[in-house]
Amino acid sequence: MSSMHLYLTIILAPLVSSTLVGLFGCALGKKLSQLLCILGVLISTVCSVVVLNQVLSNGLYFDGPLYTWLTVGNQTYSVGVLIDSLTATMLTVVTSVSLMVHIYTIGYMAGEDGYTRFFSYISLFTFMMIMLVMSNNFIQLFFGWEGVGLVSYLLIGFYFKRESAIFANLKAFLINRIGDLGFLLGIGLVLAYFGTLNYAEVFAKLNEITGQTFLGTGWSVITVICLLLFVGAMGKSAQFPLHVWLPDSMEGPTPISALIHAATMVTAGIFMVARLSPMYDLSETALSFIAIVGAINALFLGLLGLIQNDIKRVVAYSTLSQLGYMAVALGCGAYSVGIFHLMTHAFFKALLFLAAGSVIVGMHHEQDMRKMGGLWKYMPITYLVTIVGNLALAGIPPFAGFFSKDMILEAAENAHHHGLFGSSFVVFCVYAAVFVTACYSFRQLFMTFHGEERFRHSHNDHHGHDDHGHHGPVEPHESPWVITVPLVLLAIPSVIIGWVAFSKFVPGDFYQNVIFNAEFFKEFTGEAMAKGELSPIAMMIHSLSSPPVYLALSGIIAAYVAHKSPAFVAAIKAIFKPVIYVMERKYFMDDLFINLLAPLGRGIGKVLWSIGDVLLIDGLIVNGSARVIGVFSKIFRRAQTGYVNSYATFMVLGILILLTFCTGLILH
Amino acid sequence: MIGMNHYLILSAILFAISVMGIFLNRKNIIVVLLSIELMLLAVNFNFVTFSSFLHNVAGQIFVFFTLTVAAAESAIGLAILIILFRNLRSINVRDMDQLKG
Amino acid sequence: MDIVSVLFYVFAAILLFSGFRVITAKNPVHAALFLVLAFVTSACLWMMLNVEFLALTLILVYVGAVMVLFLFVVMMLDVDLESLRKGFWKNMPLALVLGVVVLLEMLLVIVKNPVVTSVANVDPESKISNANKLGWVLYTQYSYPVELASMILLLGLVVAVALTLRKTDKQAKYQNIAAQVAVDSKTRFTMVKMAAEVEEISSAENKQETAGDKQ
Repeated sequence: MSSMHLYLTIILAPLVSSTLVGLFGCALGKKLSQLLCILGVLISTVCSVVVLNQVLSNGLYFDGPLYTWLTVGNQTYSVGVLIDSLTATMLTVVTSVSLMVHIYTIGYMAGEDGYTRFFSYISLFTFMMIMLVMSNNFIQLFFGWEGVGLVSYLLIGFYFKRESAIFANLKAFLINRIGDLGFLLGIGLVLAYFGTLNYAEVFAKLNEITGQTFLGTGWSVITVICLLLFVGAMGKSAQFPLHVWLPDSMEGPTPISALIHAATMVTAGIFMVARLSPMYDLSETALSFIAIVGAINALFLGLLGLIQNDIKRVVAYSTLSQLGYMAVALGCGAYSVGIFHLMTHAFFKALLFLAAGSVIVGMHHEQDMRKMGGLWKYMPITYLVTIVGNLALAGIPPFAGFFSKDMILEAAENAHHHGLFGSSFVVFCVYAAVFVTACYSFRQLFMTFHGEERFRHSHNDHHGHDDHGHHGPVEPHESPWVITVPLVLLAIPSVIIGWVAFSKFVPGDFYQNVIFNAEFFKEFTGEAMAKGELSPIAMMIHSLSSPPVYLALSGIIAAYVAHKSPAFVAAIKAIFKPVIYVMERKYFMDDLFINLLAPLGRGIGKVLWSIGDVLLIDGLIVNGSARVIGVFSKIFRRAQTGYVNSYATFMVLGILILLTFCTGLILH
Repeated sequence: MIGMNHYLILSAILFAISVMGIFLNRKNIIVVLLSIELMLLAVNFNFVTFSSFLHNVAGQIFVFFTLTVAAAESAIGLAILIILFRNLRSINVRDMDQLKG
Repeated sequence: MDIVSVLFYVFAAILLFSGFRVITAKNPVHAALFLVLAFVTSACLWMMLNVEFLALTLILVYVGAVMVLFLFVVMMLDVDLESLRKGFWKNMPLALVLGVVVLLEMLLVIVKNPVVTSVANVDPESKISNANKLGWVLYTQYSYPVELASMILLLGLVVAVALTLRKTDKQAKYQNIAAQVAVDSKTRFTMVKMAAEVEEISSAENKQETAGDKQ
């Protein structure tokens, strides 16, 4: 099999299975449908691993078009493939997490309506994500970008009979439109200034564009492009203030929360910035902006995780916080570290989500943590993997999250030394967020698995999407193997991936010529390498004498204390009452969007519609021209009497005028 | 001495009369046709005059063809007139208003 | 004033008068007849210009054929003359203005332009008649247009027939030539045997007589 066929197989296998199941799902039946989809993703996964292996062993690099889509003037748009270390990493992460989620879905979605539809969607999502990751140009990136957005919309509204789900998917869609507008404008600017949309060609031209300023302003073109593209990333990767859709997206089934809203799609923005690192590296303004936005995400949205009671929402806010970490890494010029955290996060966050889903299944579709507690006896496997996931999330060595998060902290400090604008704020945020992360993740763990068995108390009937429909106390049970096997399979990388991949990511020769870390970050890593500080073991030793681990541990302790003494929590709540109120209202961001921006947008739309469309375009131009013609026809119709003699009269009159004219000519 | 201008002026007057004829008898299609014949005569008069005074036979050839076409035209015109009368029982131009919506 | 001038003015006066009467005559028959007069007069004037062939053609074609056709049609149609005259005086001002304007403009052109003062077509050296000369040119240089003119005439003929022919006309008699040719003696003459009905006829006659008596 030639390499081209290999790449095509990666792309097309999920698409084929998705199309087959989507169109003929009813005829195929549940068994065959799930088999087809899993097979498609399995093929993709295997091929991705093959590609990753090639990249690892002999530094494979491939950049070429697969199919020319259209040619406008001298501008060619084609579907292309770019294979390098970054693509290979992302492919492996996406396909393997997707495979786990596919398997997990069999257990989670058993007995739900739209079973085959769900499988078709997640396979389609895998295809779109692969397109996004493998593309070698902006158009295809945008295609994948919108494709995953579409599937995300479809899946958030999977329970389309539930009003809150429809509200959530509409919200996600609309908020993403804001980001996509920026993204599209950025792509347009790239086309305008570079004359091409191919990554390699754009990067080759960067030097020419660097000095240019944007039309009549003093802004650098590169900065404008980078900021606009990052606005797209803010929408997709749920960065403040376009993050509001992500918590609500938890209305979707848990598997897709894990796959789309934690592991893969939301990281598309991070991936995009890393992919365009040569460009971002030229604009310190953009980097600083990214870092500050990321820092806000990391700390302030993480704080919201502390007061959530819905098990999925806790994980959702932790996702927002971790996405902020990735953005901070990007903003500090450590793109490869951002990708590193993306990868580790993909595994442990998918794990946490799936574990939460497992709890939800075990609790018969109950999502409120206040009605759980003491589950560790009933769901040992889920309990263990949740601990693993939370340790990784909190950044306790030697779990995966420790390495990536520690590198981000290092990068932030390094950027502070370098003097990046706003970096002191960034450093404060990321350090504080370490404490917060540990605190909310273990609060969730304690509330769910320890303490009183609250589910035995009154079991109110207003539980989520309860299909079981039985009343009285529920008896939690461990989930079936289709759920636990993926959990265990995801727990393994959550433990070891940081250790294994560290040397590849951080010193940076794996991403040579692919991701261009900022100079100051390279200097820093170079020095650290020389001192021998950049090895997993050295880092763990070093961590014992540095604040992050202690911050994380104190976060865990704080969570434990809060768990043990509710009075302490109540006291804190009483002291910080206004703050809590603000947090409960999610910093008023929802109010801002729903009560201020949405009516504003609707108002503007209404004004434009009533004045611009109805009055000007319809009234003046469309109907107006018709009316003018009507008026004139009414006048000219009188000439059309229908009598032959009047026509003859006009003919003679015309001849007369002509004759007069000719006479004038002759006489002159 | 009668020169070319005399003949030209004569034909011009004849032409003006026939133009007036069309306008005066707007309702009577027969007189309109007759006026057209008169108009053609005036035009032919011009041709003949120029041909004769400029010693160029081409003018007379043109008159020859004009006569031919005029004969065919009046034959067809009268045929149309007949079927018109047959259908409308009138030759009043005012009655030919099928074009009017 | 020589005899030519006198003749010209006389003919011109007749021509203009008859032209005027063509457009003002109440009866279309009169108008057509005045047009005939106009044609004849202008033929005379053309003679004075030494255009004998066309002058004669004008009389033959127009007076002999076209105008006769006109008269036929006018007399054939039963026209309500009064309604046709309506609006005659109403149209007068417009017609006068137009006619005067046309006339003035043409006169302006004629008068203002350099006048060709040469004499009419009197070529003393040439012994060839006008008809001869025209014939030479027509059948050599203009042979193709002559053919075309003949086609136009044929077209006029066909169109006139096609327009006025009425297949549904009950009065029109058609010959079925095929049927006429196909006849033989048997179809022409058939022997029919009939019984004598003398008595019944006589009784019928009696009845009639009785009816007549009652009256």
